[in-house]
Amino acid sequence: MKVSLSWLKEYIYVDLEPEVIAEKLTMAGLEVDLVEERYDYLNNIVVVKVNEVKKHPNADKLSVCKVDAGGDELIQIVCGAPNVQEGMFVPCALPGAVLPGDLKIKKGKLRGEVSCGMLCSASELKLNTDAAGIMALEGDFVAGTPLEEALKISDTIFEIDLTPNRPDCLSYIGVAREVGAFMEPKQTVNLPDYTLPEDKIGNESIHDNAKVQIIDPDLCPRYSAGLLFDVKIESSPFWLQEKLESIGFTPINNVVDITNYVMMETGQPLHAFDFDEVAKSKIIVRRAGNDTNFTTLDGKEHKLEPDMLMICDGERPVALAGVMGGENSEISDTTTRVLVESAYFNPVSIRKTAKKTGIATDASHRFERGVDPDGTVKALNRALALIAQVCDASIARDIIDEHPNKPVPFEIDLNTDALNTRLGTDFNADAIQKILTSVEFEVEKTNDTRLKVGIPFFRVDVTRPEDLSEEVARLWGYNNIKTSYPLVPAKGRLLDQKVVLREKIRQLMTGFSFFECINYNFINEDSCDRLRLADNDKRRHVETILNPISDQMSVLRSSLIPGLLETMKRNISQQTDTLKLFEIGKIFFATQKGSLPEENETIAGLVTGNRSDQSWYSKKSEIDFFDLKGVVEGFLKALMIENTVFEKIEDESCPYYKNGYAAFVKSGNILIGTLGKISEKVLKNYGLKQDAFVFDFNFNAIKNLLPETVTAQILPRFPSISRDITIIVDRSVTVGAILEQIELYSKKEILIEKVFLFDAFEGRPLSDGKKSLSFRVVYRSANKTLKEKNIKKLHVNISKSIIDQFNADLPE
Amino acid sequence: MQNSIIDIEKEAFESIEHSDDSDQLEQLSIKYLGRKGVLTKFLRNISSLSEDERPSAGKNANILKGKLEKAFKTAFLKLETFEDKDFTGIDVTLPGRPALRGSLHPITQVAKEISDIFLRLGFDIAESPEVETDYYNFEALNIPKYHPARDMQDTFYVSENIVLRTHTSPSQPRVMESTKPPVRIISPGKVFRCDSDITHTPMFYQIEGLMVDENISFGDLKGILTTFVHQFFDKDTSLRFRPSFFPFTEPSAEVDIRCVMCRGEGCRICSKTGWLEVLGSGMVHPAVFENVGYDTDKYTGFAFGIGIERMAMLKYGIDDIRKFYENDVRFLGQF
Repeated sequence: MKVSLSWLKEYIYVDLEPEVIAEKLTMAGLEVDLVEERYDYLNNIVVVKVNEVKKHPNADKLSVCKVDAGGDELIQIVCGAPNVQEGMFVPCALPGAVLPGDLKIKKGKLRGEVSCGMLCSASELKLNTDAAGIMALEGDFVAGTPLEEALKISDTIFEIDLTPNRPDCLSYIGVAREVGAFMEPKQTVNLPDYTLPEDKIGNESIHDNAKVQIIDPDLCPRYSAGLLFDVKIESSPFWLQEKLESIGFTPINNVVDITNYVMMETGQPLHAFDFDEVAKSKIIVRRAGNDTNFTTLDGKEHKLEPDMLMICDGERPVALAGVMGGENSEISDTTTRVLVESAYFNPVSIRKTAKKTGIATDASHRFERGVDPDGTVKALNRALALIAQVCDASIARDIIDEHPNKPVPFEIDLNTDALNTRLGTDFNADAIQKILTSVEFEVEKTNDTRLKVGIPFFRVDVTRPEDLSEEVARLWGYNNIKTSYPLVPAKGRLLDQKVVLREKIRQLMTGFSFFECINYNFINEDSCDRLRLADNDKRRHVETILNPISDQMSVLRSSLIPGLLETMKRNISQQTDTLKLFEIGKIFFATQKGSLPEENETIAGLVTGNRSDQSWYSKKSEIDFFDLKGVVEGFLKALMIENTVFEKIEDESCPYYKNGYAAFVKSGNILIGTLGKISEKVLKNYGLKQDAFVFDFNFNAIKNLLPETVTAQILPRFPSISRDITIIVDRSVTVGAILEQIELYSKKEILIEKVFLFDAFEGRPLSDGKKSLSFRVVYRSANKTLKEKNIKKLHVNISKSIIDQFNADLPE
Repeated sequence: MQNSIIDIEKEAFESIEHSDDSDQLEQLSIKYLGRKGVLTKFLRNISSLSEDERPSAGKNANILKGKLEKAFKTAFLKLETFEDKDFTGIDVTLPGRPALRGSLHPITQVAKEISDIFLRLGFDIAESPEVETDYYNFEALNIPKYHPARDMQDTFYVSENIVLRTHTSPSQPRVMESTKPPVRIISPGKVFRCDSDITHTPMFYQIEGLMVDENISFGDLKGILTTFVHQFFDKDTSLRFRPSFFPFTEPSAEVDIRCVMCRGEGCRICSKTGWLEVLGSGMVHPAVFENVGYDTDKYTGFAFGIGIERMAMLKYGIDDIRKFYENDVRFLGQF
């Protein structure tokens, strides 16, 4: 909300600098976002003396003037105003000035004559409505004086960002109250005159001319109205236009402007009806019911819902209550009888209507936050008096004040001990009383620790003692409350295991030279198709966002892979084509409608590009499946998850992997995750051209497999001996199967310490379809240094067994 | 004989001085100190001396032995260094074989830094779902349907009553429903609002904090948050508590710090105010306690919410929040 300082000063005495006022308002909870000098736009506009006026040689209506702008030489300006005269003082916009309406003043030529500026009318400078000619300044001035200084005008505009709990400050009187509270000494608000001027009151009573009936008092507890006759609709006088424009309102006509003016003054929204358009001279306040359509005064048609509160006349709706008036009854140039409405509407009802119709007005903004339920008549009287004065109208005798549900004044019993405990302060009852009284709470001391606090109607936000503690705290100053430290028992606590594991995984992955990424939880709605997921894949049960930012971000991810592929693409487009990425985050599966989705934590990673770049010590080589497998193995080993197996994926469960290039990772029967090479089709779906390898693990599965305890192994005291076996087998034989076979022995024979593959070879001189594999078996005893004779038989047995089992040949 | 030992010493030291390779020195060492060396011979011949001369001769010979041993050691060392003065070796300016490193996302790092501060202060971590019911996200926090405060947060809906949580605050009622006071938790995590521009991403991170016990005061809130700001930024950072409004706290306070860019002079980052808003906080509203069945006469508490991106942006001087979620490794690798 914008507040003009000069206008504000009509209600409160304040002699502080604008910056100080802004600071104090901010620290009282009325955050000032911006402090602006209102007349900054008058920069480069100075008072000049017109020394010479000649007719323009090429244009009848123009004059060529020489003016004194305080410089050494006179300036030539072409002017079209009929009232330009030698010897007059006028405002002149010099080159560089920007007039309201974004008119930039430049040096130029008008019909062949040089013009170095522009002599201005009051209207062009927004200083008055007079547009008939240039603004003749009365008095004596020094040529060249800035206009702002010459006219002694200045004003500051504050932009206040009000929190929704303070509708009372959506008005000058409300802001003035807050200013008065921080002034030293405290100042009280100068309220406007709320009585009706006797000389403007006519003989006819409103009751003989108009009727108001509230059918739905739950939505409209109070409806006050006044009537005016012989209203002359015109443009508002300058003082009124100027005030409204200073805070961003566009003047409409005198009646509408006054309703806006009084709303800004008091916070009470008003509406003016052309009473001749109100059928049967009757106002009925009711729910829309069967009425289905309504055209608001901005010409837009809205669909009504039965529960929307409408202001109706004897036949039809004439206003969307509290939101916007109707086109059918708005004030026009020919209006003569005006009915002014000043009502209190149910905040929730107004908010629903505003939301559903998509209309947000200054009125609805106030009503939905809650206006002063006791303020309708004051604002009404103020508006009637102003309209009578400005529009030369007469006021009908009496007003209507339908008030079926009167607000009940209420008090809060304030325990000062509880307040001090909450704030960490030691105010006594008198100090609290003084603070609360400064913003018009009515405080009565019951005893030393009890206060009865009467809550003014306009403070709709204060309903319980805790609310009063905030009042005391903010008015005293948050920064004046002593800082303290709570006592915390030194009780042992364990970190959540999930937090610990996550941290460990992150350390491992960065140690493996992976970069952590964080992708959005939302992914493209066609992600499942891009991953080529089967129709019955669980990951197709995505949760869809009803109001997404875009189609690219419209469903919650059911896999981390789309995000990683998108990140890969973004990086490659930036010419980073070797990547090792990982992410830990949740994936989501929809459950029943109206229930929360399943949230599963997942860890996934992606590698692409080169294992090593071309360098002085190595040749360029590309990352393959086994680079990623090594990472996964290292990862599982570091987490001490044992007995894991890699099992080739031979079903349709992960269609984004290339057939034959992917594996399940299991521990026993438990599936921990998968890894594999992304298929060409999926790469294409993501606009990618280079191979990518991905792993995808279930965080909880990993967590459940973590060993509870870790026991140190005693290091062997005796040396090991190693024996190799090299065999030639069919290509289809897997290394895993052979290792498994040897492991059968290691389970029985404690001398076998470990077995591993150290060479694999295919191609000449081997025949097609064959491969050569070399294994090393490491033997060790815990009790002695092994000799050849101790292991000879065992090694021969192992060799024989795998030769038999896998139909292997020995190399020649 | 006495002369002889002096002669030996003189001759030996001269020879050592003039020898310029280690073989020669080795020979000299054998000549003087070896088993068949000059000094050994001399000592063997001592018996041929008179009774009076023997003790001093023996003593002098042993002293000389010590001196020579030291002299040879020094000479050898000197020669070795000299001989190694061929520095051709390798080209040390060749680039090393890189030891690759990855990095943690800056959000993870800052979130951990913030969490660690509160863990040291005695808080626990309690996480809660990223997709929430309208009840936990709003109603339990004293934000009924059609409350204007709902305008403060643009909400993503999954269905009428299921939302992507707009803040980490639902962790408050969730934790309190299942725990009795005292409560001291922080709850870090992702939150979501439909907003996307240079200062807003539709997903971002917050850390919620909640402390409930008997006699917890607004002064305590100030103490804990001042400690936090001083630990996260530095101990000279000045801060102020400014009245604000959150439906689930009363009183509510925004915490501003002196602008870290301009030190309070006023700049673009702080919109010329000299202050930067860094977090929201307040004393838990009694309505929230009532919703979880806490005794409002007995317990008080405070809650706060910290925007992690905001902290990371201030800490690292990042001006575009979207950078965090583009995951460009050239960006990620800087932290």
